[in-house]
Amino acid sequence: MKRIRKLLRGLAGLGFFVLCWQLATWGNSRTDVPGPWLAIQGVSELAGQGLLWRYVVASLFRVMWGFALAVLVGVPLGLAIGRSRWVRELVNPLVQALRPISPIAWLPIAVLVFGGVRWWEPSDLAAIFLIFLASIFPIITAATSAVEGIDEKYLRVAANFEIGGFAMLFQVILPAALPQILTGLRLALGIAWVVLVAAEMLGVQSGLGFQINDSRNNLRYDLVVAAMLVISLIGICLDAAMARIENSALSRRGTAKR
Amino acid sequence: MSETSKISIRDLSLSFNAKDGSPISILNSINLDVAEGEFICIVGPSGCGKSTLLNIACGFLKPTRGQVLIDGIAVTNPDRRRVFIFQDNSVFPWLTVQQNIGFGLPDPTSKESMATIQRHLEMIGLSGFEHAYPRDLSGGMNQRVEIARALASNPDVLFMDEPLGALDFLTRLKMRADLVDIWRREGKTILFVTHDVEESVQLADRVVVMSQRPAEIQAIVKVDLPRPRNLDDPGYLHIRDEIFHLMGLDHLGRAR
Repeated sequence: MKRIRKLLRGLAGLGFFVLCWQLATWGNSRTDVPGPWLAIQGVSELAGQGLLWRYVVASLFRVMWGFALAVLVGVPLGLAIGRSRWVRELVNPLVQALRPISPIAWLPIAVLVFGGVRWWEPSDLAAIFLIFLASIFPIITAATSAVEGIDEKYLRVAANFEIGGFAMLFQVILPAALPQILTGLRLALGIAWVVLVAAEMLGVQSGLGFQINDSRNNLRYDLVVAAMLVISLIGICLDAAMARIENSALSRRGTAKR
Repeated sequence: MSETSKISIRDLSLSFNAKDGSPISILNSINLDVAEGEFICIVGPSGCGKSTLLNIACGFLKPTRGQVLIDGIAVTNPDRRRVFIFQDNSVFPWLTVQQNIGFGLPDPTSKESMATIQRHLEMIGLSGFEHAYPRDLSGGMNQRVEIARALASNPDVLFMDEPLGALDFLTRLKMRADLVDIWRREGKTILFVTHDVEESVQLADRVVVMSQRPAEIQAIVKVDLPRPRNLDDPGYLHIRDEIFHLMGLDHLGRAR
């Protein structure tokens, strides 16, 4: 009953927005800001062309690579910053200096650096690099604060039983920090997805961001909004997938949120 | 004296500098000898530094002056032969009961370790809860798991920092009785910090009464009563009131 009420409320909120959208765009053609109906027709047109699936796959491919690399670098780095004073003193000023730079600002540099690459599609590499930059800082921050937040008593128990080094890392530090790290990863994936679209509007020939840019150049604003709808839908799916991974990883360790 | 004692605390002091640079003294010249297998309770006003004393004895903190000798060797680091038990339960929430109890064992999945774990599970009355996670257990059950984890690695000394303080009254009474049983069977040397005078008289061979900060040992009261101890026994009440008196309170807890 509660779930149905929650669902109905959510639908009411969405419905209100769609209604306003419809009223504000009443009578517009597809070269103007399109209404919801034109946008939905646009989605089916894109899907019919087959190009949509290729672009979705291209976008997901870039996000996954950039995000995976950021996890591989960011989690160990964050753990090290949280655990070791000298690593923190060495790396933290650099992290703080790079963090405020929007990943998009790196685009010219990324294109310049990866433009000459022959062994992979250079524009893919540039986009992956931007995703990496967009997601690594929230991951580092989450891992650092997760480690710093570990209750001292757990570290003392480990010390008491003379457990240190890698055993301590895998048996105490990682499991204790895991819930917060996973929350950070979920947040970072959301940011990565947002930044991906911006990155794809600038240097690449495929992907959902490219689709938006391309449609605008053809004055097909219905397809612009159609691509936005697809982006929203995939973003929701990514977040739900992450939430699922988070929950199953935690419940297997007895620490799932209830 | 110290040649025969298990734990020997010698002229132990701890102070640190406050923000304005003035030194704050926490512990002031503590001397205490504990015999092997003895059950010692340390009582004192809250915030007097009795937990700090225990943390130094276990090797978690360094004293400013003096030292703690165990078996004649100065304590410098935590050691698996003497295990600390925390007030606010420190079982690992990401491990099952079984994994928690096996945490201190060198090879927790060996046949021998499994037998040890099983024996301790039975001892704390939690057979059947092997695969439960701590969040599915009550506070009292988790505190038993923590005690079992400590005992499974077979230490000589247990440092217990108000281990029953967070439990409800009935659970606490039951746990006291269980603790005495375990201690009599296993013959561990126990240093037990509590703010509860009744608890100390019920458990200890000797009760160490500490003063306000900077803490000094004010008195050591021998509790020469047979166990299990009857809470209505005149001898018990007499010792209890003597300790209240030493702490500056009458038996109703009013300041004298």
